[in-house]
Order: sequence, then structure tokens, then C-alpha cells
Amino acid sequence: MIRCEGVTYVYQRGTPFEATAIEDVSLEIAAGDAVGIIGATGSGKSTLVQHLNGLLRPTAGRVYLDDVDINAREVDRRRVRQQVGLLFQYPEHQLFEETVTADVGFGPRNLGLGPDEVRHRTARALAHVGLDPAVFGPRSPFTLSNGEMRRVAIAGLLAMEPRMLILDEPTAGLDPASRREILDHIMRLRSARGLTIALVSHSMDAVARLCRRVIVLDRGRVVAEGATRDVFADPGRLAALGLGVPQVAECARLLRERGVPVRPDVLTVDEARRAILDALAGRRPAPKNVP
Amino acid sequence: MSDRAPALIRVRGLSHTYEPGAGEPVPALRGVDLDVHRGECIALIGGNGSGKSTLAKHLNALLLPTAGEVIVDGLDTRDRDAVWAVRQRVGMIFEHPDDQLIAAVVEEDVAFGCENLGLPPTEIRSRVDEALRTVGLEALRRRPPHLLSGGQKQRVAIAGVLAMRPRCLVLDEATSMLDPAGQREVMETVLRLRDEGLALVLITHSMEEAALADRVVVLAGGTVALSGTPSDVFARDDVLRRLRLEAPPIVALARGLAAAGVPLPPGLLTAPQLADAVAAAYRRGRGGA
Repeated sequence: MIRCEGVTYVYQRGTPFEATAIEDVSLEIAAGDAVGIIGATGSGKSTLVQHLNGLLRPTAGRVYLDDVDINAREVDRRRVRQQVGLLFQYPEHQLFEETVTADVGFGPRNLGLGPDEVRHRTARALAHVGLDPAVFGPRSPFTLSNGEMRRVAIAGLLAMEPRMLILDEPTAGLDPASRREILDHIMRLRSARGLTIALVSHSMDAVARLCRRVIVLDRGRVVAEGATRDVFADPGRLAALGLGVPQVAECARLLRERGVPVRPDVLTVDEARRAILDALAGRRPAPKNVP
Repeated sequence: MSDRAPALIRVRGLSHTYEPGAGEPVPALRGVDLDVHRGECIALIGGNGSGKSTLAKHLNALLLPTAGEVIVDGLDTRDRDAVWAVRQRVGMIFEHPDDQLIAAVVEEDVAFGCENLGLPPTEIRSRVDEALRTVGLEALRRRPPHLLSGGQKQRVAIAGVLAMRPRCLVLDEATSMLDPAGQREVMETVLRLRDEGLALVLITHSMEEAALADRVVVLAGGTVALSGTPSDVFARDDVLRRLRLEAPPIVALARGLAAAGVPLPPGLLTAPQLADAVAAAYRRGRGGA
């Protein structure tokens, strides 16, 4: 669906503050996939994702959406942004309308859609993030909890009916229950509506739960890429890049160090529990059997 | 508790009500009691809107009680003449490092608070040196702060507070914007300071971090809902879930293994602790086979 070829971005080119944020990045995200983008602070994650919907124009290289170069002169960038929605960090700071309904309907209204269609899309988008339109619609966004505001911001993107969502730290600053709710809704959107997901996060647990594939950035370059399970099975490498692995994966690594033959590629509490019970019972690890 | 030294910070019956310009007053804290001791790390956890940050702002007189009192090292935060002495004793570190750094180079930033205290230059120099050494940033002292990593920026902010020689450090979500390495850096730094006698109050949504504290205090609806050691608090899964919290993954994993019959001691909180206990069970199992 989206393809980057040799994308380089230089900030403040030609000034003493010139800095290369990403360099020669090539990657592909297939329709319906869920990809995690991880990397230390300053590794270029946010710069990279702003290229995926045309907010930034590469200094060199190309970005294709369905094989069309999105920075070509004849391409309508607004249409690109409607198809690829980007949720910035702390999106609740961008809510501004008097009611939740008006805020979520802002994008569709700007598309020039009729009032019925706007109403319809707004209600559907709110339902998709678990907010009853009848209850939450008339409320002021500023009376909501942080987690609810975050979900309203996501509904605002969904109302544009995008094919892809890019989420930059969607759960930062939220309590554990709000984090789980948001991740659950995103997973459901992907499975029910085939939405393509790119998740930028420092939470290795969130990436492990949501993403099938992971792209690792370091100082502006892609340094690792693969199935989530395989990338997180190499904690030493990730630590060297300023990253970590889910706590249960770290526990599995420590157990192997202590001579307990636990399979290394566990991502969730349930998988870790089964893997440890298998090792204690002397059963051989069965890497293919984990869902 | 009677055998302990008097608390560094004593909060009694603290209530706080926000009075917005329009609309109903909003009660954020309702009758909170809390003691913070020297050399103790307290994790303050709770759902969004439970009152954590409001409580934190009372610990250094950024907010004053609507009712009740906050006594810091014998100073009442309501005493206007004591405000600066209170703020020198209790330093705050916030979530966004960029909002807290102001100077053009690291060492000037660290010196800023001391300069405001009106200390002589030689004294400032030695305090800044010591603070930078404590957080492990001597080598970066001439750097502009904006070129540092997130974890380094938070350590600069911590050094700036340390140079004021505080008795207590309050970290309000200070690691939530950092990458995993930055989180580790900051946690290792502050826990070492705790070992040297500083009191720590850690406000966090990360249950893994809370597991590293000496005591966990759970706020809900502006009151203390639960308080105890991390193992005691995280054993109360039913209460935690009702309060929009959860046990850290390692605690959940240990519970799942124990339920399946693996003989594990109670109170396992971290990955190394659980790995040691499971490895011991594994060796016993093989020895018996």
C-alpha cells in the first residue's frame, strides 16, 4: 500500500543547523498490515511517519501510495491525507469544537460532504472507538477524561474514512485501563475494517500486542525489520539501540541464561506462562504452535 | 511506624477544590493523609483524573490546601514566608524535559536554581560540579541541552534540582516521554539518590516502575484507596482493575504460574526475581527426577 524508496530528509538545509533526520529509508507497508516503528528518541520516527501522508516532502527519494508518487505535481495531497490519517502525539490538544460531534465532524464537513453524511460518519466513527454518539456527542470535549479525549481524536481521523492510520504514541500519559481500551479498539478496527496500521511507540508491550511486523530505526536509518516475534527475540541488539523488549520476553531471556530452556520469542503474559510451564514439564518448545 | 524518625513530609486531611472561572467547583483531593520519609521511594499511582498531580503540586507549595495541611520538614506550606524554603527542599521534575530547560549550555541550566538562591559563585560552581557528577553528565557540561537525548535532558533537569540540595524529589510522569533506555537511565539515577537518603515521590502510569518503589499509594477520586508494599498492592488485582490500574506483567505471570502449581515464593515483582525463582523450581524438579 505504502512504499518508501531511498527517502532522506534534511532539516534546515543550507543553514548552520542543518541536520539529517532520516537517511535512505526504504520500506513497504502492505494493505491490512500492522507495523510497529520503534527507535530511540531522535532516531527519526516522527519525521518518517510525516512522509507517509505527505506532510513532509523528502529531500531525496520517493514515497508511493498504491504505486503513485504522492509528491508528484499532479497529486492532490489532501486526498492522500484523507486516505492516510496521522494521529499526532497528545492529539487532545487539538480538539477545539464546542461538542464532540462538531469536533469529529470537522474533517468530513471540510470534505464538502452533506449534513446527513457528516452526521452518519460522525456517529459511526464514535461507535468505532467505543463512545456512544448519543451520550458523548453533545458533550464538550473538555469535560472528557484524557483517555476519552484521545478516542475522540481518533474518531476524528476515522470520520475521514481513511484506509490507513498512523498513530504516534497513542497511549502516552494514559492509565493502564485507557491504554488497553485504545489498543483494543485499534485492533478491532484492523480486523473488522481491514485498516492498515502503523504504530510509533516507546511501549514495547503495545507494539508486541498490536503489531505483526516491526521496523527499527537508529539515527535515521532502518537497522532491523521483521516479524515482531523475531525482532523481540534479540533483546541484546535492541538494548544496544536504546530500546527494550516486553518484560515477559526479558524474563524468558533471563531464564535461558539460568539454564531453563524457555523459548525466547514470547510476547505476552499468556505465551510466557505456557512457555515456562512447557519448560518445567520437560516439553519441547513448540515455536509454531503459538497463535 | 512509631519507631521511625518523624516524616519529612506530613500530609494531613488534605483537600483541594479547583474553582474554575465558570461552572461547578471541582473537588480533586478529599481528605488525603500521607507521610513521606527520608530515603523512601513512594510510587503514587491512579487512573487519569484521580488527583495524583494535584497532590504532587501540594508537596512543594505550587498549590495550597483548601482544607488540611502539608508540613515539609517542619514548614507549613500555607506560611507565605516559608514558600521558598519549601521549594528548595522539594524539587519537581515534570513530564516534558524541553519545558524545563532554559539555558544555552548544560552547566548554566544546572546553575540556574542556585543563582536564584543568591549563592556565591564558588559555592554554585562546586554544587553544579557535584550535581553533574551525581547524574553522570560531567562530560556533557558544555553542550547545548537541545542536542541531548530525552533521558539526558531529564538528568540535566534532575541535576538542576539536586544543586538546590533538596530533601525530596517529586517526579511527575518524568519518564513517560522517554525511550526505554532513557527510562532506565532516569530510574537508575533516582533510585541511587534514594539509597543516599533522598525521599522520592514517583507519579507514574507505569506499573513496572511502581514495582521498584518501597511503597505504593493508590489514589482514586481524590482519596487514598490502597497503600502498602508493591507486593501487597499488586496482589489486589480486583481493586486495581476497578480503579483502571493493573498489576505489572511480571506479577501477572508469577500469579499465572503459581495457579498452575509452580512452587514460587510470594512477592515476586521484577523479571530477575521471577527468573531466579523459576530457575530454582526447575532445578528442584530435575533433581527430583
